[in-house]
Amino acid sequence: MAAVTDLTIAQLTAALAKKETSAVEVAEAHLAKLDEHRALNAFITETPDKARAMAKASDERRWKGEAGLLEGVPLAIKDLFCTEGVQTTAASNILKGFVPTYESTVTSNLWKSGAVMVGKTNLDEFAMGSSNMTSHFGGVENPWKRKGDNRKLVPGGSSGGSAAAVAAYMVPGSTGTDTGGSIRQPAAFCGIVGLKPTYGRCSRWGVVAFASSLDQPGPFTRTVEDAALMLQAMAGHDPKDSTSAPLPVPDFAAAARDPNIKGLKVGIPKEYRVDGTSEEIVALWAKGVEMLKAAGAEPVEVSLPHSKYALPAYYIVAPAECSSNLARYDGVRFGLRVPGKDLPEMYENTRGAGFGKETRRRILIGTYVLSAGYYDAYYKQAQRIRTLIARDFKQAFETCDVLLTPTAPTAAFAAGDKMDDPVAMYLNDVFTIPASMAGLPGISVPAGLDKDGLPLGLQLIGRAFDEVTMLRAAAALEKAAAFSGRATGY
Amino acid sequence: MSLDKDTVARIARLARLKVPDEELAPLAGELSGILAWIEQLNEVDTSNVAPLSSVSDVTLPMRADKVTDGGIAAKVLANAPGGAVYIDPTDKNAGGFFTVPKVVE
Repeated sequence: MAAVTDLTIAQLTAALAKKETSAVEVAEAHLAKLDEHRALNAFITETPDKARAMAKASDERRWKGEAGLLEGVPLAIKDLFCTEGVQTTAASNILKGFVPTYESTVTSNLWKSGAVMVGKTNLDEFAMGSSNMTSHFGGVENPWKRKGDNRKLVPGGSSGGSAAAVAAYMVPGSTGTDTGGSIRQPAAFCGIVGLKPTYGRCSRWGVVAFASSLDQPGPFTRTVEDAALMLQAMAGHDPKDSTSAPLPVPDFAAAARDPNIKGLKVGIPKEYRVDGTSEEIVALWAKGVEMLKAAGAEPVEVSLPHSKYALPAYYIVAPAECSSNLARYDGVRFGLRVPGKDLPEMYENTRGAGFGKETRRRILIGTYVLSAGYYDAYYKQAQRIRTLIARDFKQAFETCDVLLTPTAPTAAFAAGDKMDDPVAMYLNDVFTIPASMAGLPGISVPAGLDKDGLPLGLQLIGRAFDEVTMLRAAAALEKAAAFSGRATGY
Repeated sequence: MSLDKDTVARIARLARLKVPDEELAPLAGELSGILAWIEQLNEVDTSNVAPLSSVSDVTLPMRADKVTDGGIAAKVLANAPGGAVYIDPTDKNAGGFFTVPKVVE
């Protein structure tokens, strides 16, 4: 048998079922990897004791014949999910010392299915960023490096630690959250699979809020089938999240095992040919169309005319929601408190010291666009444009079943790049944000390497609550692309 | 729309965010850059378009007015910065207070 750390989730659960290994053995092997690759800074908190205890309990369940879907699978959790008794930071100084006394619904679902937590991963502060460079706990290093170039690259963001941990084989799967691309873009940068479900598919309860109308938890894995398995365990209606969809959870794994896409109509949005996209990505996109066609799908050109407005509209809606959500961090009830001569000064000192540069920038933008006299011009207009974006997708899906686009306009960039130009940084999410604004599911599948040897991803976007079709197409794309790249630079 | 230093200071005040004086001018530049880029939204005629505040089609669900949990006073009070104070220390679920540093002047 191969090293247990090389196995996918599906292979691991099969090996565990055949008693070829134990959850305790699997946990130890992965904890050793966390130890070995600590320099990547993928984790904010490692939880080896918890992992060992959970693994032991998992083995006991298996002996009793009570194995769950992810029984004994070690997972890393983005440090935005509240985990009972384990500090939860959102990569921010303002949550200093916060140890939740409750468990988020999504992680709770994962533990119920038998998974084992090895630690909490690094991220951009409050999930705001596309490089993981805005974390209070320092940036994360992408396990991939350019050929013949030793410079550190970013893993993407905001779920950078979760993506790097999977790409570096520290865990076979991890959780992320995606507001505008925070799962799909890092998955593309790290050469792995990242899935953002339909808004409402996974509960947001217990996930530190950034932009509540957009935030959605999802998995990172090395295969499409594994992403389906994790989503299966994470998803489901939760009465504690009023936007959680009261729908049954389909058999996602079965869809991922059935890459039959004969007759499937794959929409190619013509507006996604945007300036600044690397030529290699444009070429890979065309190749992806050919691959799906060869697998029996029928490509159709579709139009999403308001695509170019999605990104600027997002940068009104998301900061507006962020400024409201982050108003709760006032130094009074939990987290950091910096004294002042009076109450307003205590608030200002606490928030000034507790939030990093990008978070402060977004709070200020959000406060401005919601302030008296500007609300209609900015916020209302952005919400109207959101209606048009959602309508575009609805019309496109009248003539196709799934959309194929690039995931990000470039491969991973060097640590420190684009830090002085917020708009250039925001453009990373140009292909992922439109689907976010419409609440649609998206998945990034690694599809090739560029001339520097870095991974590139392609994105499939599905109809609302039709992850099944999206997963079938993703499985077909994965099979045709036969991506076998593996990071070696770490 | 271009923001000046005074406007940034005013927004920072509204957001209860301390911004050091020397950061006001660079921030004004960055925020103006972002807002200038956002201006392109004005090209779109949205006069007959309703705003979309949520993509979820679900109407807010009602639930029965029943207690669904309880008996976790210690958990609720665990993160109180001033410590947890119980009415009856021998029965934590009899009630208690989430205490915070003084905020009333």
